[in-house]
Amino acid sequence: MDIHEYQAKKILSDFGVSIPRGGIAYSPENAENKAREIGGTKWVVKAQIHSGARGKAGGIIVCDTPLAVAQATDKLLGKKLVTNQTGPEGKIVNRIYIEEATEIKKELYLGLVFDRSSESIMVVASTEGGMSVEEIAKQKPETIIRSKIEVAVGMQQFQAREIAFGLGIEPQLIRRAAETITGCYRAFSELDATMVEVNPLVISNQDQILALDCKMSFDNNALFRRNQVSELRDKTQENSNEVYASDRGLNYVNLEGNIGNIINGAGLAMASMDMIKLAGGEPANFLDVGGGATPEKIVKAFKLISMDEKVKVILVNIFAGINRCDWVAEGIVQALQKIEIKVPLVIRLAGTNVEKGNKILKESKINYIEANTLEDAANKAVKALGN
Amino acid sequence: MAVIIDKNTKIIIQGFTGKMGSFHAEEMIKYGSNVVGGVTPGKGGSKHLDLPVFNTVKEAVKSTGATASILFVPPAFAADSAMEAADAGIKSCVAIVDGIPSHDMIRIKRYMRRYTKSEKMSLVGPNCAGIISPGKSMLGIMPGHIYKEGGVGIISRSGTLGYEAAQQLKNLNIGVSTSVGIGGDPINGSSFKDIIGKFEEDDETDAILMIGEIGGPQEVAAGKFAKENMKKPVIAYIAGLTAPKGRVMGHAGAIVSAYGESAVEKVEILKEYGITISKNPSVMGDTVKSVLSKS
Repeated sequence: MDIHEYQAKKILSDFGVSIPRGGIAYSPENAENKAREIGGTKWVVKAQIHSGARGKAGGIIVCDTPLAVAQATDKLLGKKLVTNQTGPEGKIVNRIYIEEATEIKKELYLGLVFDRSSESIMVVASTEGGMSVEEIAKQKPETIIRSKIEVAVGMQQFQAREIAFGLGIEPQLIRRAAETITGCYRAFSELDATMVEVNPLVISNQDQILALDCKMSFDNNALFRRNQVSELRDKTQENSNEVYASDRGLNYVNLEGNIGNIINGAGLAMASMDMIKLAGGEPANFLDVGGGATPEKIVKAFKLISMDEKVKVILVNIFAGINRCDWVAEGIVQALQKIEIKVPLVIRLAGTNVEKGNKILKESKINYIEANTLEDAANKAVKALGN
Repeated sequence: MAVIIDKNTKIIIQGFTGKMGSFHAEEMIKYGSNVVGGVTPGKGGSKHLDLPVFNTVKEAVKSTGATASILFVPPAFAADSAMEAADAGIKSCVAIVDGIPSHDMIRIKRYMRRYTKSEKMSLVGPNCAGIISPGKSMLGIMPGHIYKEGGVGIISRSGTLGYEAAQQLKNLNIGVSTSVGIGGDPINGSSFKDIIGKFEEDDETDAILMIGEIGGPQEVAAGKFAKENMKKPVIAYIAGLTAPKGRVMGHAGAIVSAYGESAVEKVEILKEYGITISKNPSVMGDTVKSVLSKS
């Protein structure tokens, strides 16, 4: 789960990381008042969307007066911002963060991620803040510092110091820098995060060490024990069909193509998408109804796919194990009695009681194309597009 | 003799008396697995499915001599149960459950570092279908009848894609020595590399089919291991050619976040290690067949 910049900053400040003064606004008047409250002579108006690269998309505006802050807020609120991370549909701006402008002496990069090879938490830092970590890796790989943290004992003082010295931070600021790095680590480890990225982490002209922009992601599997984190979810930042799916326990990812999929198991779903592609088609979605493929889940899946207007053919591929094909077939028949499907439907069943399952489908009145193998199903789905 | 489990392996069920535990215990017993009892804290001393129930894994191990366990406990308690099994001297433990936090998985693995290599439990999963040695024993939730007894070792992150492979092999009259579902999470108990080495040493296994997917470094690590240490042929299929970058595809671990983690890149790297690639998921069986006919 992703959260907004202002939420991530609040979390980091709770862990002892300094952030510029700022406040959230939902209207231009609100924003103007916030600017006056914050004080100073220069403010940054920042669109809150779940994406980086907002500056290039016009989502960050520097203002000299509270009135300009109000105008900038008015301009951004309700807009859809398209960045290189949002996809062409963009993301809607419903919240604006007003922040005092910082005079920057130095921009650094600080990121924490899970390292799947060593199964530990990895700190990645660089003197080249402001660029994405991918750009840094390409253009200035020699500036990247990596430090593996042993999770059983947590980050040690010396590790934080080493990173700080590695970033070329002046001796009188090392202690504060180490506290900042340790604070980010503690936030990661104590809140079940999967990613913390402070980019840039800056040293101001007044020698403060500040998190100027920040992104955090959290482990969905751990949200049950992180109420204060799960409350931060903003569904307006997610694809509406994906929200519909996740609220109903379906694993769904919206894609660009026109062949809708209903499949049990994540691996089989990816494999079916691959087959569609090889057959010359494009999948409209990834959808895993779960290994069990219960009738309830199948009904929900058909409802979800029927909401997607770009779908021109639906491909159902279920490998039934202990749940048996006859039971799955009954689920499909029930679903189609409840939901009208106007596009061609290709169904491939495999596994336990496959003959019985196919018999149930044939004897029902549903209109569908039967397929026997993965390849057969993909070919028939692509062919059905032309009809 | 297959790997990890055979017909003599004594199995206990953790979370025995719950709905999932009861259902799958019965399926396993029907298949012929040597289930000797189970654990549900607070219900020790009672009987369930005509088998003894214990309060702790230690008691169960002491009384039955079990060496394998399977977890049917909710995700929030799974880490605790896995560590309890390790501490009680269980040698092989399968965690079926989907939804264990990554931080908990790391904790389990750090906890297990206290044991020497010979004492150490091998944990398979979580978020997996489990293990089956066809005709001998099942420590999992798969449909047993789709597996024919034979000489191909299967290792798969995905459950249903592993079934698909077993079925394709069976249709070609090719059997399986053991199939191991290692699960779809980013941090799992056993990696491809951990299991592939066991198959190399198993005299009943002639070839290994590795079914991977996007995300993480494990397929590549196993490929390197195979090139440097193995004589038996390895065949691989990697799912997710069409998966977009940076999105989680169902499995928590199926996300491309670094170079070498996309399906195309994994396939390229595995080919360099001399691994035969199944070009698409519907020819996994055929690819294994052609490799077996050459060796």
